[in-house]
Formats: sequence, C-alpha cells, structure tokens
Amino acid sequence: MPTEHIVRSYDEDLRRLRDMTARMGGLAERQVADATRALVRRDTALASEVVQRDVQIDQLEREIEAFCVRLIALRQPMAQDLRVIIGAMKASNDLERIGDYARNAAKRAIVLASLPSIGSLAGFERMAQLVQENLKAAMDAFVANDAEAARRVWEADEPVDAIYNGIFRELLTFMMEDPRNITAATHMLFIAKNLERIGDHTTNIAERIHYAVLGDSLPDDRPKADESAFAVVRPAGE
Amino acid sequence: MSTSTENGTIEAPRQSFGGVQARSGATLNAPRIAIRNLDFFYGENRALKGIDFDIPDRQVTGMIGPSGCGKSTLLRVLNRMYSLYPGQRATGEVMLDGQNVIAPDADLNALRAKIGMVFQKPTPFPMTIYENIAFGVRLHEKMSKSQMDERVEWALSRAAIWDEVKDRLDSSALGLSGGQQQRLCIARTIAVRPEVILFDEPTSALDPISTLKIEELIDELKRDFTIVIVTHNMQQAARCADQVAFFYLGELIEVAPAAQMFTAPKHPKTQEYITGRFG
Repeated sequence: MPTEHIVRSYDEDLRRLRDMTARMGGLAERQVADATRALVRRDTALASEVVQRDVQIDQLEREIEAFCVRLIALRQPMAQDLRVIIGAMKASNDLERIGDYARNAAKRAIVLASLPSIGSLAGFERMAQLVQENLKAAMDAFVANDAEAARRVWEADEPVDAIYNGIFRELLTFMMEDPRNITAATHMLFIAKNLERIGDHTTNIAERIHYAVLGDSLPDDRPKADESAFAVVRPAGE
Repeated sequence: MSTSTENGTIEAPRQSFGGVQARSGATLNAPRIAIRNLDFFYGENRALKGIDFDIPDRQVTGMIGPSGCGKSTLLRVLNRMYSLYPGQRATGEVMLDGQNVIAPDADLNALRAKIGMVFQKPTPFPMTIYENIAFGVRLHEKMSKSQMDERVEWALSRAAIWDEVKDRLDSSALGLSGGQQQRLCIARTIAVRPEVILFDEPTSALDPISTLKIEELIDELKRDFTIVIVTHNMQQAARCADQVAFFYLGELIEVAPAAQMFTAPKHPKTQEYITGRFG
C-alpha cells in the first residue's frame, strides 16, 4: 500500500495480522519439514514432537480468526484492507489443515519406524521438498504482497502431483508383490496423499494472496497432474 | 439503450460491467440521466471538470469523495439549483428524458417537479404536517380536498411515517423528532411524484436508528424513483448504492457498481480514500 492510514493503530493492527499469519506459515513449514525428516530417518522422537506441536498451529488459527473478527467489527475495512483480512483468515484455515496433515504424517512415521522398510523414500523427500518450497514461497508472497509470486506458486503444484502418481504406482507394485508389505505401504500411501494435499492447500493460499493484492481471482482450472484415481483401472468415458 | 416509460412497466436493458454485479446480485439498469463533458464554474473557479457518466434508472447512485471534491456541486447542477446564484454556470450536457437540464431554455418549474431534493438537515416548513406535504403539491397540480387527502396519505406512507403521524396531521411539523422530520421532508419530496430524488447527506444529522430507517426507505423508494445520494459515510454508500462514483478535486476518478467499488476499486486514489488513507 502506498500510504498509511489516517488512524495509525489500524496500520499497526494490519501489520500484526500479517505477522501472526507469517508466524503460523513458518510453523507449518517446520512441521512439514520435521515430519518428513522423521519419516526418512525413522526418528520417532522427532515425529512425536511434530504431533505435540500441532496444538500451537491450532491455537494460532483461533487467534487469527478472533483478531480478524475484531478488525472487521472495529474498522469496517474496505477494498484491499478487507481483502487482506479475509485472505489472512482463510489462509489460516489452510495452514491449520496443513498442520493436521503434517501431524498425521508424523503419526504414521512412528508406526513405520517399527516396520521393515520397503522401497526408497527418495520420492517422499523430493515431494516434501517441493511442497515446502512452495509453502515458503507462498508465505513470502503474502508478506511481500506479491501477486505475481503467488501466481508462480499456484502454477508450481503440478510436479507435486506427478511425483505423487509415481509413488502411488510404486507402492501398488510392492503390495502386489508381497501382501506383507500392505501395512507399511498403506501408511506410506497416506503420507504421500498428505503431502499432496498440503500442496493443494498451498495453492489455495496462493489464490487468496492473488485476490488480496489485485482484487481478481485466478482461473478455476489450475494445472493438475493427479491421475492416481485411474492408476489401475480407467473407467470408460474418463 | 432505451429509457423507461412513464409507468415504469418495461424492463430496461441491463448494462454489464465485465461480469461484476451491482448490489443484491443485479446489474446496473439503463441510464436515466446521462452526464456528458460537464464543467461547472463558481465564477472563475472550475469546480467540476469534464464529468462523464450515467445514472441508472430506478437504482441508487452514491457519490463519495472528500470535502470540496465537487459531489454536492454536481447534485446542485442536476436540479439547476445553481441558477439561483449569479456567477455560477455549467457547460456540457445533463440529459434527462431527452432534454438537456442545464440548457438555458430548460423549464425550471417542470424540472424541479421531476427532480426532488432532500437536504442534510431536515427542513420542515413551520406549518402543520398535512400542509407540509400539500403545499408543494398545490404548486404543480389542482385537485379536490379528497384527492389531496389521498395524496398526503400516499406520500406519508411511502416515506414510512404515516403510522407515526396519522393522528396528528394538524399539529406542527416542528414538533417531530429529527428522524421523523427528515422522513416528512422525503414525503414532501415524493408527494409531487418526481422521477429522480437527490439526497444530500440525508442522515448526517440523524441518530443511528433514524439513519437505518432512512436507508431502509431509500431501498424501498428505488423501486419507483431514480436516486442519487451524496454521503460521507462509506458504509452507507456500500449499503445503499448500486453504483458508486468517486470524486476528487472536481474530477470523477472512478465510477463502478458498489460491490466492485468497495471490494476491488481500480483506481489507486479510490483505494486510498475508501480505506481511510486520506480525505
């Protein structure tokens, strides 16, 4: 925004909202990173930490929502201010879900640590890295009010889907080879799905930022490559 | 694009603004007043500069902007009030029903019957409530006592004040509360059955409840009248208006459907003003 509000405390409120959301984003990034590290290193202590830390994200979501409600009631925001406040409120929902997915992945990592390992986890690491990079880029775009950066994040989810498809097929093969792999492979499938969903929520955040900055929405059709639903059987007409 | 007929039965063609919808999901109606290249001068001082926009039929157009931006001046141009003062003149076109309102040969009496105005402070005449309404009607129309009774009741009912005053039509209008006086003034305005009603900050002297009653009334009146409202209250413009025009230093900076104006204005100056960064 070019100039400041006549009421200075309003500017301070908006800055505080940005800070809270950025902090929540940082916490979510760390949860995703730690959950993946715990999985790859079979580190159950780290996984437990991730599970316990999720309450902090939930708490921040409630704080952001209450703060936004207060801002709307007291300031009756208009135009970009209104869009930023609504954007922060909705982004905090997405971040909360991202936190839930990370926690769920960590829980499964604890189970997996007690099972014999199957396959390579390189795909998971690569996917988690992409997802984290996107999440970080989204939060940077939020702080910098950068619609173009938000658009790049929004477009960058496609490779995540592609890796997910690869993992899906690979784990299916392991399960077909030996039914004793099914327990571990199922948990791993869910973790992959969690990461893929984190990517989707990150694109939601990117959409909110784009709207908050420019006032217009990104198109309905986002580049997607998740074809796992048809990995084994493709129904006629699809 | 056609304007509507007298009884307002035809559906005016809809004007679309790139898919952005006006308030309550509707798009903007066909123009009732077309303002083209309008300049206005207080002596040498050019107070309006090349104003160009349409006022849609039977919808509410809100005019906003900081003090001295020209919005009240424009309102005064629309009903030629400036003609009362020497040294004030307007050039350009303000087309209403195929007639240029600001042309020197325009019939002022006919114009004032077509365009009513409600002011910031309630201005009841020091007469009975009944006479406040009947007074203006008599200037324009001859009618019997019973017809006048009907007209007075109709106007007071449309202005949502009938129930409050029906038992004291013969008492002085000055005994009414501020909010009631303002609704009486609205009744007086609509009693002569104008086509357009101009509101100049109609609620700035009223308490919050009276303000909401006036807003409710404006919402109801727009079914039959084309309404232009000048307001300093941004939330009021957002609530009442279908279309909003933002003025700054005598220029029209931006005009757009209200929903777009208050969520995603195009011009940076509009953005700064409505978010409270200057003004």
